[in-house]
Amino acid sequence: MAGAVAHFGNWVTVILMVIGLYVVLARGNLIKKLIGLSIFQTSVYLLYVGPGKILGGTPPIIAEGFTVYANPLPHVLILTAIVVGVATLALGLALVVRIHEAYGTIEEDEVLGREGDS
Amino acid sequence: MIATHLPALQVVIPLLAAPICAMLRRGSHAWAWATVVSWTMPVIAVAILLQVLEGGTISYWIGSWEPPWGIEYRIDTANAFVLVLVSAIGAVVMPYARASLEREMPADRQVWYYTMYLLCLTGLLGMAATGDAFNVFVFMEIASLSSYVLIALGRDRRALVAAYQYLIVGTIGATFYVIGVGFLYVMTGTLNIADLAERLPLVENQRPVFVGLAFLTVGLSLKLALFPLHFWLPGAYAHAPSVATAFLAASATKVAIYLMLRFFFTVFGASYPLADLAIPALWIALSLAAIVLASITAIYENDVKRMLAFSSVAQIGYITLGIGLNSEAGLTGSIVHLFNHGLMKGALFLLVGGIAYSTGAVTVDRIAGLARRMPLTFAGLVIGGMSMVGVPGTVGFVSKWYLVLAAVERGWWWLAVLIVASSVLALVYMGRLVEAAYFRPAPASSAGDQEMPLSMLVPAWVLVGACVYFGLDTGLTAEVAAQAARGLLGTP
Amino acid sequence: MSGAATMLLAMAVPLAGALLIALSHGRPNQREAVTLVTAAVMFGLVASLVPEVMAGGRPATQPWTVLPGLDLQFVLEPLGMLFALVASFLWIVNSIYSIGYMRANQEPRQTSFYVFFALALSATLGIAFAGNLFTLFLFYEMLTLSTYPLVTHKRTDEALRAGRMYLLLLIGSSIVLFLPAIVWVSWAAGTTTFAPGGIVAGVLTPGETGWLLALFAFGIGKAAIMPMHRWLPAAMVAPTPVSALLHAVAVVKAGVFSIVKITVYVVGVDNLARVGAGDWLVYAAGTTVIVASLIALAQDNLKRRLAYSTVSQLSYVVLAAAIFTPVSIVAAALHIAAHAFGKITLFFAAGSIYTAAHKTEVSELDGIGRRMPWTMGAFAIGALSMIGVPPAAGFISKWYMAGAALAAGENFALAVIVLSTLLNAAYFVPIVYAAFLKPEPAGGPDHGEAPWPMVVALVATAAGTVLLFLLPNLPLSLARQLAGLP
Repeated sequence: MAGAVAHFGNWVTVILMVIGLYVVLARGNLIKKLIGLSIFQTSVYLLYVGPGKILGGTPPIIAEGFTVYANPLPHVLILTAIVVGVATLALGLALVVRIHEAYGTIEEDEVLGREGDS
Repeated sequence: MIATHLPALQVVIPLLAAPICAMLRRGSHAWAWATVVSWTMPVIAVAILLQVLEGGTISYWIGSWEPPWGIEYRIDTANAFVLVLVSAIGAVVMPYARASLEREMPADRQVWYYTMYLLCLTGLLGMAATGDAFNVFVFMEIASLSSYVLIALGRDRRALVAAYQYLIVGTIGATFYVIGVGFLYVMTGTLNIADLAERLPLVENQRPVFVGLAFLTVGLSLKLALFPLHFWLPGAYAHAPSVATAFLAASATKVAIYLMLRFFFTVFGASYPLADLAIPALWIALSLAAIVLASITAIYENDVKRMLAFSSVAQIGYITLGIGLNSEAGLTGSIVHLFNHGLMKGALFLLVGGIAYSTGAVTVDRIAGLARRMPLTFAGLVIGGMSMVGVPGTVGFVSKWYLVLAAVERGWWWLAVLIVASSVLALVYMGRLVEAAYFRPAPASSAGDQEMPLSMLVPAWVLVGACVYFGLDTGLTAEVAAQAARGLLGTP
Repeated sequence: MSGAATMLLAMAVPLAGALLIALSHGRPNQREAVTLVTAAVMFGLVASLVPEVMAGGRPATQPWTVLPGLDLQFVLEPLGMLFALVASFLWIVNSIYSIGYMRANQEPRQTSFYVFFALALSATLGIAFAGNLFTLFLFYEMLTLSTYPLVTHKRTDEALRAGRMYLLLLIGSSIVLFLPAIVWVSWAAGTTTFAPGGIVAGVLTPGETGWLLALFAFGIGKAAIMPMHRWLPAAMVAPTPVSALLHAVAVVKAGVFSIVKITVYVVGVDNLARVGAGDWLVYAAGTTVIVASLIALAQDNLKRRLAYSTVSQLSYVVLAAAIFTPVSIVAAALHIAAHAFGKITLFFAAGSIYTAAHKTEVSELDGIGRRMPWTMGAFAIGALSMIGVPPAAGFISKWYMAGAALAAGENFALAVIVLSTLLNAAYFVPIVYAAFLKPEPAGGPDHGEAPWPMVVALVATAAGTVLLFLLPNLPLSLARQLAGLP
């Protein structure tokens, strides 16, 4: 139990990761897939940022009396990853809009079904 | 000195050129601009390759920040070779793009095509040039996002679905990659590839490292379309604009393969991922499955672009097979095939795009008897097909020679025989095209079909010629590939 | 001009010829003149090499290195000389014949026919001159690819099917078996360059030698050892000049030539005789001889009967080589030349019958000898050569073959030779008998001989068959040089 608490952050990361991946794979609705993809990516933000926190550490600003700092690099990296994630989501949604215009549906099986007679 | 800044220029020039391209309002202007930019790329890449061959590995510090704190571009023979391939293909397809896109998309979208093309080029070149594992992810996403757009610009609505599917799979692949890098970062505290290679041995047998390696491998396998993670590829290649297919088929998967090589051999060290016997066995089994099953699928495929796409999956199997063999000859075979397959698949997709220019869709039935109306196109197709089969005198033979040699060195005769025997499968699917085009009567509906314009034919034939030239003069490709293989293996 | 330069030129001439022929599209006279001149020049160049080789010279050149250890290399030795002489001489005759045949039958796509023919001849010379296994393989594949359009010349479904089998069997076997064998040799011996006495002697164990020989024997599908023979009858759908020169001389001979050459210069005759690893080849070849003869006996279509006869005669060459003594190698080399002249005559005759009388079946030939005396006379001489009866060239090679089998105590080979001679007689003599002695059925078409170029050609090859019997000095001395006999 103690281990579970100590690794609380990691558990959240893994659970989010699996939820996200499951949604991507199991849902046929193109929007829901993108939601899953976003959850999946978000879990990665946690994966990076979590270990960067050091117990008792402060934000990495050099000041009197503080010697232990959190690692700033993961935050910088994840800032980039968040930008990438937003861009991916935007592009994905744009594609869904276009697919809706072209096929009149955003259910994957219906879309694939309509390709046969196109 | 401008020569010292070449690694940065290689990536920065197309990156800065892209927004400028977006501001040009006319397709022809955007095309001219993108052409000029993309033609400077191989010049820079060749200059870098020459520098590397002469003076050894180049380490370029972005903003003069010292690695491992700053981002380092680290270029040795292997990635210099990949830079040459990507930039050369990128340059060759540009003259072709003009006429091909005029036919395939409305004028207002062409500007976006060229913009995205420049971004995609940036991403691919950046992935190859950089020496920082997280920077790889950023460039990977630049290349991927822009290539989703390139594919979505295809002429019919199925392109949208293909692009969407590719987006999902590509994002999962890139995210897996970044998870893997995250584990390595947690364990070593560095993202610099050279630095990772030094620090990993200290923590080498700990579970997070294995987990990291597993995520990296799966992520990159998705990107390079290793069987059975190739399912996104045929749709994407079949529905993208012809010129985008040729460019992506020849470069995108190749860069992912380069990264796989870099992580397997430089970061983890030649022996580490492949030391355990089960892993190379699985790796070789998957490669063989790719070669055999994808080739057989290609044989039964009626849509020519899809046929070539499945053939790509099979050919990637040859490349990964060389990695699994884990020897100098095997890696040389992999790297030289990476280059050679880029040439021949680029040539074939350009030629098929040229047929599509006239016919719209390209199916085996539709090209019946067309060789008479498009003699040059189909002559090129025959030569490209012979390359795929691996006929001596073409590039395909050179790659297979090294792979067979590597198998024989290991004493795996069955594998050597399988490698050459699988060529027969390529003979069957390329033979189907040739037989239909040359020896079947042309239907009356094909009366109006004619050869593609010269601006498309010449680039296609440049690649066809390269297939023969580098099959005869292997001094450049095989030597450089062998040197790159030695560099990756760390042997002198 | 040096011998090496002459060799390169001789291979380049048909290539240039092919280009000129292509440029002469639409001008039949010019096109055929170019073909004839090309053939004549090529033969002249090849013939000019004879004195040097007879004197023991071995012109050699290495114009290109593809990969380290993989060189394009040409060396002229007696067997290659003999093969090149036969192929280039028969090309002249065949071109004359083709002109008559193609015009009389109003075949379509004649220009491409002559173009690919010239390419095929260039590849044939490359095989004859090859100095190492890699070069041999390169031109072997080129020959397959350049003859594929000739096999599918008619563009019918049947022709396309035959073409598919042709490519799959020939390229398939060469890639799956022949190429690995080459890689094996290159890996084990460190070279693929042909050398007298072989290059794998002492390198491979006897067991490995046996497997290597098997890879070569079945990988070289052009030699048509059963079960690799099926492409040959299928390829008979091609126009008769193609069947005559390519599928009786150039292509199939390239197969047995390669096997003999590999036996002598890669595996080594002494080596094989010593380790006894190739004894099974006698049985494989002997079985092919007999079975193919039996199948030939049952064929009513004349060209198919000839095709199975070719399968059986090719295995004679392999059978002779597989006895692994110097005399048997002489016999194998001689039979390459002897069978070439005899079989091309037979095919010429078949094409001439088809052109003049539009008959393709053996059972339709009653009494045709009186309408076409020249054709059937030549056919008779060709048939005698196949059976191995004087005064035809086949007699000499069979004589040596039987002698070698006797001397080596190869009773199986001897039995095969005797039995197959009877079978050959059984399927050729009735044709000749029916043509000359049976009455012609009433109501048949009224026809005479085929056009004169065809008659000239088939009389010339028939005369050649007899001349080879009367004056066998040139091929014989080349063959003896090959076998290392004085």
